[in-house]
Amino acid sequence: MTTPGEEDPVTSNFVRSYVITGGRPMPSADGLALHTLVTLAPDREMPRQASPEVRAIWELCAPGYLAVAEVAGRLGLPVGVTRLLLSDLFEQGHLLRRAAPPPAQAVDRETIEKVLHGLESHFG
Amino acid sequence: MDSNPTSAETIYVSDAVTTAVKILVVGHFAVGKTTFIGSLSEIPPLRTEEKMTQASAQVDDLRGAPDKVTTTVALDFGRLTVGDDVVLYLFGTPGQQRFMQVWEDMARGALGALILVDPSRLAETFPVMDLVESYGLEYAIAVNSFDPLNHYEQSEVREALDLLPHTPVVYCDARDQKSSSQALIALVRHLLTRAA
Repeated sequence: MTTPGEEDPVTSNFVRSYVITGGRPMPSADGLALHTLVTLAPDREMPRQASPEVRAIWELCAPGYLAVAEVAGRLGLPVGVTRLLLSDLFEQGHLLRRAAPPPAQAVDRETIEKVLHGLESHFG
Repeated sequence: MDSNPTSAETIYVSDAVTTAVKILVVGHFAVGKTTFIGSLSEIPPLRTEEKMTQASAQVDDLRGAPDKVTTTVALDFGRLTVGDDVVLYLFGTPGQQRFMQVWEDMARGALGALILVDPSRLAETFPVMDLVESYGLEYAIAVNSFDPLNHYEQSEVREALDLLPHTPVVYCDARDQKSSSQALIALVRHLLTRAA
């Protein structure tokens, strides 16, 4: 969340994020919301130069769908870093995305009904 | 509920799920957000970290502030598969104004917010309500109340928080799954009545 030209105090965490992302700015949340579900595309080969973090994402995401926040939480990576690495994999065709987030504030009545009925039958 | 929810087979969202939605569980510090989420989540709650740059003093304009620091906000969240094809994520979101940078991200695409309230610290809920309202989120109030000696009537809570007549107020014990689920259901019912 640093704007260009700002200087941050150097902390170990900051350096770590910087190295992982190559110092690139964090992508916006438009493409990958915290609750966007992602998984590895079938029959993909891991890039040979993949960093340890990309390898970890690759292995975690191969067997099934997880939300972006779950990937970050399970790997102990900051959300911003995770989102950037996932965006890279998505652009390279390695990642599939399900349940694209609805536009901000647009509440889909049918979905809310499903959530309500689901909760009522789950806890009823 | 699975007896071993962290095994390789169960950490993933069911293949049948086509839609993921998000509801925010917000409230002031130590009001019970993580406890609430833990009571309802089908996975052990997870924690993610977001980095924010902020002034070490209370200054809004960072450009002129010499003492910027990068701080980390921890967000706890849980997951609940509702029905066959929808998965609901519950994100615990801190209600302090200084966390506004993460609110942009949290509020985007959220169905609504459940505001947890400690009846003995009602005044601390005002900044939380301001944030929720500033992002245009619909909400319900859940009074996290398990102390029978500290009971406030609904009318008292309504008046103290200056609520609109249609805003639901429910009581819950965040440690209890059934009680927490009823609070969440009350919010979602409200969201349905407010949906176009």
